[in-house]
Amino acid sequence: MLEKAIKGEKKYWGWLAFLLVLIGIGLAAYLYQFFVGLKITGLSRDVSWGFYIAQLTYLVGVAAGGVMVVLPYYLHDYKAFGKITILGEFLAIAAVIMCMLFVFVDVGQPVRIMNVALHPTPNSILFWDFTVLSVYLLLNVVVGWNVLSAELKDIHYQKWVKFLIYVSIPWAFSIHTVTAFLYQGLPGRHYFLTAIMAARFLSSAFAAGPAILILLCLIVRKVSRFDPGKEAIRTLGGIVTYAFIINVFFFLLELFTAFYSQIPGHMHPIVFLFSGLHGVDTLVPWMWTAAGFTVVALILLVVPSTRRNLDTLAVGCGAVIIATWIDKGLGLIIGGFTPTPFETVTPYWPTLPEMAVSVGVYALGFFILTVLYKIAVGIKEEAAGLST
Amino acid sequence: MGLNRRDFLRIAGLSALAGLGGKTAFEILAPGELEASEVPLPKGVKWGMLINMHKFDDALTKKCIEACHKYHNVPNIGNPKEEVKWIWTDSFHHTFPGQENEYQSEDIEEMPFLLLCNHCTNPPCVRVCPTKATFKREDGIVAMDMHRCIGCRYCMAACPYGSRSFNWGDPRLAPEALNPEFPQNPDYPTRSKGVVEKCNFCAERLAKGEQPACVEAAREENEEAMIFGDLGDPDSEIRKALREHYTIRRKPELGTGPNVFYVI
Repeated sequence: MLEKAIKGEKKYWGWLAFLLVLIGIGLAAYLYQFFVGLKITGLSRDVSWGFYIAQLTYLVGVAAGGVMVVLPYYLHDYKAFGKITILGEFLAIAAVIMCMLFVFVDVGQPVRIMNVALHPTPNSILFWDFTVLSVYLLLNVVVGWNVLSAELKDIHYQKWVKFLIYVSIPWAFSIHTVTAFLYQGLPGRHYFLTAIMAARFLSSAFAAGPAILILLCLIVRKVSRFDPGKEAIRTLGGIVTYAFIINVFFFLLELFTAFYSQIPGHMHPIVFLFSGLHGVDTLVPWMWTAAGFTVVALILLVVPSTRRNLDTLAVGCGAVIIATWIDKGLGLIIGGFTPTPFETVTPYWPTLPEMAVSVGVYALGFFILTVLYKIAVGIKEEAAGLST
Repeated sequence: MGLNRRDFLRIAGLSALAGLGGKTAFEILAPGELEASEVPLPKGVKWGMLINMHKFDDALTKKCIEACHKYHNVPNIGNPKEEVKWIWTDSFHHTFPGQENEYQSEDIEEMPFLLLCNHCTNPPCVRVCPTKATFKREDGIVAMDMHRCIGCRYCMAACPYGSRSFNWGDPRLAPEALNPEFPQNPDYPTRSKGVVEKCNFCAERLAKGEQPACVEAAREENEEAMIFGDLGDPDSEIRKALREHYTIRRKPELGTGPNVFYVI
């Protein structure tokens, strides 16, 4: 199977080379951080988690979102998804690897990271996050690889694989629930301390994950002879629409609770995000951008004609990805640490080296994704008798 | 010790073979010396602190902070973004958010409240630590093993009091102009970059029967300014003071059970 990854056109190699350059830049920035310390980031005593942990949060959602093709196919026998479950599983693999790297680059003593396994601490949610993410990675690697190699040999995959597939479905829900529990059980962080956090995470994951998958399917259609099928893409569009509407609804519930109760602690982070607090308004333009993209996405996804048209669906999915990324990859963590436990506001913005490290991690994730998709698409082409 | 290299290797090798590990070897080689974790804790003791704000002024708080930071080699980084602090001061509003009112006297608002780790009875930082680097001792002290800490800063997210500091850079490279003669206390270790630290109620001084450094500094000026003692003993000085004064704690509604009490 691996040989599929080393047979490609110039464009394929060019793309991989470009990603390698970005990985190199990220690695250089990380080495700088490794030797100097996390002072090279914009983090501080008050905002002690930032861009890295926010990316972890967003990408756990992307990883979990893959289940939205696996579940209808295996539990409801929805045949149209049969061709693309592998794309969902491989997306999950790349996303989980990026998640783990974002935790790794965030810790101050990376050489001691295995202390989490050496001194297992079940009362720590971080221990559980570490566990569920590792198992989810393993499940997707084993399932994806076995199903695909069975397809290559034109046989049915083994029975035990089916068992792992059934395990992987609730497991996808668990990874994002546990990630929400990282935050929602912390006393004194008002923006985090909400029972709907896990539900919000899942709804945004099931919007963003399939939205990314739709864009990937459209790219695969363009650059290869493998066609994931219009029906599969359209059904995914419906899933994105429902999940995104639920996600917006959950956010409005947060707004109601905070502003009708008028409890200052509940209102402050939201005021900080959308209009600024104590003169700090770094996130305001971002949050309103997210709000704008939310409206665009809702219109394009809810109106049947624009949802069914693949071009406008792609724009709608892009809008979903941007809106959910700003919400989770930026606002959630910074808003959670604002105001500080002293009701003050400490500004935070990622620094250039911090961004470079993040770009490096994303580039590595895309590198893995590209190679995995190359293999998958190659086998799909061969199975369909399309290969040359 | 009258051990030559050969004997040392023999004892160390035999202990390792017997699966006894380094600790036992050290006991044979240096009998009577205990590892820090084995210092017996007095039974039933639960440490607590009372801060009587009526006895404090800016000069006295400064003296307490200096005593602590000198003793524990806490460097002045000179940059609020990266600062490390074990004990510091803040206003009433910042110390007790939500309890301020607009008609409150300026005297109270401007009081230099001393802030430090509350050594909570039910500490969220201990709950979230993925490696048990932060742990609660039997005597109530929330302690840290800085060699085990991976620097994930989950404890900083969990602490509702902002009591924890992270070493964003190497503390040993703190600006020399701000830290003449650093480290000032050769008997206390300095830290490496990438680990979290905080007040430890001077566990190492308590083990020697001494009071915490800040308490000792405050009591040199005024016996009633700070009282440190056993909350488990109804006849202790701190329990008597708690009966005599109305005291408040920081954010008690969160259920953490802070063990630092303020008289205002």
